[in-house]
Amino acid sequence: MDVDLILRVYPYFLEAAVVTIELSVLTILLGLLCGAAGAWARLSRFALLRFAGAAYVSVFRGTPALIQLFLLYFGGPQVGIQLDAFEAGVIGLGVNIGAYMTETMRGAIVAVDHGQGEAARTLGLSRAQSFRKVVLPQALRLMIRPLGVNINAQIKGTALVAAISVVELTYTAQRYIGSTYKPFEMFLLAGVLYLIIITVVGKGISFLDRRVRLQ
Amino acid sequence: MTETRPFVEIRHAKKSYGSLEVLKDISLTVDRGEIVAIIGPSGSGKSTLLRAINDLDPLTGGEVILDGTQVNKALPHRQYEKHINQMRQQIGMVFQHFNLFPHLTVRDNVVMAPKLLKGISEDAAQKLAEEQLAHVGMLERIDYYPSQLSGGQKQRVAIARALAMKPKLMLFDEATSALDPELVEEVNQVMKTLAQEHMTMIIVTHEMEFAADVCDRVIFMDGGVVVEEGPPSIVFQNPTQPRTRDFLRKHLSQYEKEK
Ligand SMILES: Nc1ncnc2c1ncn2[C@@H]1O[C@H](COP(=O)(O)OP(=O)(O)OP(=O)(O)O)[C@@H](O)[C@H]1O
Ligand SMILES: [Mg+2]
Repeated sequence: MDVDLILRVYPYFLEAAVVTIELSVLTILLGLLCGAAGAWARLSRFALLRFAGAAYVSVFRGTPALIQLFLLYFGGPQVGIQLDAFEAGVIGLGVNIGAYMTETMRGAIVAVDHGQGEAARTLGLSRAQSFRKVVLPQALRLMIRPLGVNINAQIKGTALVAAISVVELTYTAQRYIGSTYKPFEMFLLAGVLYLIIITVVGKGISFLDRRVRLQ
Repeated sequence: MTETRPFVEIRHAKKSYGSLEVLKDISLTVDRGEIVAIIGPSGSGKSTLLRAINDLDPLTGGEVILDGTQVNKALPHRQYEKHINQMRQQIGMVFQHFNLFPHLTVRDNVVMAPKLLKGISEDAAQKLAEEQLAHVGMLERIDYYPSQLSGGQKQRVAIARALAMKPKLMLFDEATSALDPELVEEVNQVMKTLAQEHMTMIIVTHEMEFAADVCDRVIFMDGGVVVEEGPPSIVFQNPTQPRTRDFLRKHLSQYEKEK
């Protein structure tokens, strides 16, 4: 193993890791927004909204994220959507992970004991009040762990944008292989940096989960 | 004129789940301050009837009237929501499994609804919490979370939570059935206190002794109909209906055996 090479190139990999982190944060934020909207639609009183939510989930979970990304980035200009690679990456992957988060959030909301909402309604709270004050605070606690799974998947999933030439970790590894012919070192280095990011985020999520968990 | 009307009036209550008729044309009335027990075998429709009173399980036919106002009014969605929330503020309900809010302290369990619905100040909320919790003997646990309480304590807090809305009517659905036997008495005691304060109560229960002791009237339900009703002294000692006798024979002997 060429340790000297690793020491020479790792600052560039750190820069690329920052881009991976940016991509992760932005896609996850967008995913949470889409997930909340999707869950709200799927649990709506109105059949049309429920249908729209279900359609969103099945389309985005039913096709490869890479195809969605290519469709947006390469196919977009054809229908008047001009995005640079980074923007396309954030929007494409964010909307994609939002479909998974929709299901996570919906699952947590329906997992709250039915008697909770019932008790709130019995006291005279409106549907909205009972959701906001009783069901949601409990659902949020229930969704931290499964959202952590989505977030873990999404951090790794940012590697897909290498395919549209966003200069993040995976793309950087590929580029240095082109000039160094050392794929083992380059992919190992990228892998270690992913592992560090994911471990830190995972610890954070476990900590949060323990902090707010109800007995 | 309205003085002569019953406080709670159930008229021709019917309820079906698909082809299963759970309530078959039940009519009954409850006076202000009256304490009524509903007894009967499992599946006879006791909970369904109780939950129809605050429209938690809406009837498929008939009316529920509280203090001159129909509870289960047919209204457009928005108006119905406003109306039913108003009505439910006047009807306290206590569940078999307590249904305390696990993410809130005992204090916030009690005052969340009054704060939200009546807009009372923090000071008034604190006073209200103290007053209601003292009433059920739970004042020392005001800062606890529900998970830190025993079943009996949870149920007493649930009663305080319902009372904090100052309801006109209290509904109890087997409030002590989920409790360990040694915890039943503390909850019964709280309910007896309410009885002495002339709270109007409708109590679904399996505890015949408690019903005999506390209630003014006992209603025996079976198969979705009221089979027999009357003062406990009559229903328990001299039931006129064979089905009541059957039921009581089983339950009273079971009670004897437990002793
Ligand atoms: N949501 C529902 N869907 C279908 N059937 C139901 C539903 N809720 C209750 N039932 C049926 O209605 C009947 C009456 O139920 P209910 O809960 O009122 O009985 P109960 O007298 O309270 O019994 P228990 O003493 O066991 O609590 C039962 O046969 C029950 O299976
Ligand atoms: Mg029942």
